[in-house]
Amino acid sequence: MNERRGTTMLSRVADSLYWMSRYLERAEHTARLIDVDLQLRLDQSPEAGSGRWWRLLEALQAPRPENSLIDATTLTHILTLDKSNSSSIISCVGAARENLRQVREQCSTEMWEQLNRLYLQVNSTASGEAWLLHSYVFFRAVRDGAHLFQGITDSTMSHGEGWQYIQLGRYVERTDAVARLIGAYLCRLPDSPDQAVESEEYLEWIGLLKSCAAFEAYCKKYTAELRPLRVAEFLLLNPEFPHSVRFSVDKVHAALRAIAELTERKAEQPVRLAGRLRATLSFSQIDEVMASGASAYVESVRHQCSQAHTAIHQIYFDYPVEAELAY
Amino acid sequence: MFEAPGLPRPHYQALFQTLLELPPEDMRKSQQAADLSFLHQGITFTVYGNDEGTERVFPNDLLPRIIPHQEWRKIESGLTQRIAAMNLFLEDVYHRGRILADGVVPRELVYSCRHFRREMRNLTVPRGIYVSICGTDLVRLPDGTFAVLEDNLRVPSGVSYMLANRKVLKKVFPTLFRDYGVSPIDHYPHALLATLRALSPLHTSSRHEPTVVLLTPGVFNSAYFEHTFLAQQMGIELVEGRDLLVHDNVVYMRTTAGLKRVDVIYRRVDDDFLDPLTFRRDSSLGVPGLFNAYRAGNVVLANAVGTGVADDKALYAYVPAIIRYYLGEEPILPNVETYLLTDRSQRNFVLENLAELVVKAVGESGGYGMLIGPHSTAEQREEFRQRIQAEPRNYIAQPTLSLSRAPCFLEGEAQARHVDLRPYILYGENVTLVPGGLTRVALRRGSLVVNSSQGGGSKDTWVLRA
Repeated sequence: MNERRGTTMLSRVADSLYWMSRYLERAEHTARLIDVDLQLRLDQSPEAGSGRWWRLLEALQAPRPENSLIDATTLTHILTLDKSNSSSIISCVGAARENLRQVREQCSTEMWEQLNRLYLQVNSTASGEAWLLHSYVFFRAVRDGAHLFQGITDSTMSHGEGWQYIQLGRYVERTDAVARLIGAYLCRLPDSPDQAVESEEYLEWIGLLKSCAAFEAYCKKYTAELRPLRVAEFLLLNPEFPHSVRFSVDKVHAALRAIAELTERKAEQPVRLAGRLRATLSFSQIDEVMASGASAYVESVRHQCSQAHTAIHQIYFDYPVEAELAY
Repeated sequence: MFEAPGLPRPHYQALFQTLLELPPEDMRKSQQAADLSFLHQGITFTVYGNDEGTERVFPNDLLPRIIPHQEWRKIESGLTQRIAAMNLFLEDVYHRGRILADGVVPRELVYSCRHFRREMRNLTVPRGIYVSICGTDLVRLPDGTFAVLEDNLRVPSGVSYMLANRKVLKKVFPTLFRDYGVSPIDHYPHALLATLRALSPLHTSSRHEPTVVLLTPGVFNSAYFEHTFLAQQMGIELVEGRDLLVHDNVVYMRTTAGLKRVDVIYRRVDDDFLDPLTFRRDSSLGVPGLFNAYRAGNVVLANAVGTGVADDKALYAYVPAIIRYYLGEEPILPNVETYLLTDRSQRNFVLENLAELVVKAVGESGGYGMLIGPHSTAEQREEFRQRIQAEPRNYIAQPTLSLSRAPCFLEGEAQARHVDLRPYILYGENVTLVPGGLTRVALRRGSLVVNSSQGGGSKDTWVLRA
């Protein structure tokens, strides 16, 4: 008899795995950002902290509340436990679980149980003042829960096509989220970005690094002396750090190549787009980036990332039937 | 289980002995372990009428029901006979209609059936098999014989619970299980796959292996767990209507590697929802154009469309006659006595005796639309009286059966509860029954309703090897 040609994966299933992974990454990212922000707030005067809310909302692409006098408690609630905000942590975890629930037979039992556990934990959290005081426990649980899920996925699921979509989702989301975060900070760039920053400013740039879980890794490479230029270089172009844009794009490209191989759809648009972005990032120098306009550079990275996302969608998930039938 | 008070039937002796020796605490722990294992595996079903998507664990009872080899042999031959006759009947009513012309089954009974599909007229199905997956409900009568209560010829469910119960029981009673010599049932998914493949038009040619898929209504369906389970066990794709499309009367599924042709669909979607172009137009679960592809012979649906006409509860009364007509044999398994309410004298009898009888709507299943006389209120009886008088074709009545009882481990002790039995019959190249079935239990004391949607549970069924 004929051998089964590779494996068959429904487009809907691939789509669900991809989005499950994106939502979980988004929940983890949001949890880290808010946690870091609340910690920093303790070291700062209330005035210094107020502007940062807007940056945080911008970095998370959250809707701006209509009332500009809104307080920290309400804002935190909107970003974490508010189910009416589709990008809140609770919504993201719920969306991740719902996506996995619909393709349960595709993942390992352990994966399902872990995500289900995280979901139940997040949903049993009661908000309020008392919660806010100990919110670091909550944020930590979300981060740990997501990390655990990632570990369980890597060690219990076959690293086949389905796993590649999970990788893809995680790193597409990460590329976009980190790039957006850097973008939100670039407007604060001092006139001489290659100088070490002090006091208040120092806290800000530590905040950026910590929001990407990058502070310790940065120190190992550049010592604790913070220069905005180096921070930007580290988060944008470092090839080894898992939350840098370049690292994430490498992973996106690798996953897309593996998928192209498995589905025998080589040399298609998504691989080309991700490959081009990867090449751009690996040949870029931070000086040139700054000279030619850092904001524009970050925007272009995000634009290309979103093009790759659209191409993935069109090739694997929602392709036009007419073109397929012509084969 | 008992021949006389305190005297268990011979095949229950060893189980009874083990139970007597076991400290209740151990049983309780085993039951907890089993419950937990069901919860964690997510062996749940969805209850309609509550919030959308309420998941509930299907209650499982630890004490197995035991069926001696000889009894099973009879069940097996009886069900094999029945499925053969039912398929001949379906083939006949959708083609020449000999049985109707000969007056064995009244024409108007068939044509007035809600599940009769005119679209199926003169359509030839592979191997002439309409029903390839069937789950027949049996009850054990007071004299010890098994009788057929209902034929489920459309999309019978529950087989995953049969397999899950066995898995748990093997863990809880390993030695008892081994010593009893229980026939295995684990090959069911493989047998199902072989049956589905046998229906494929490609089966005899060597173009390539047929692509078989399982079509589910989706995650909100009450049997969604079972759909995922069976698809996984057979190694086939679990698809929803939106994953399939029809082009030039050929069915494809949308995969990441492009469109892939589908040959056989094990559909767990009712006729009504299969194809919005042919059946219900408001269905979003189906695949537009599917029925035309089916008519063109480019895809096989299992079960075929329109099988519901043969498990209509009014037609059920004619099944013994159907068996005699096509096979020239006496039915091996008897029917339960059934009153047809279209007949004036039977209707009058039923209306006078509503308090003693069970009334069922002919097209319903799952324990919905039923009146159980002895457990009903005067108000409910009045309501059914009016409904029967308005639409006598829509109802049948049966005597209230004293279902046999089996011991269940409830509230820390063994208690007797009413049970029925649903074996699963497969019909592809030949008829296959895995030795076993789903024993459903009415968990509420005194209750006669075993349906999972009405507070029923289930237990493992051991068919002995010799």
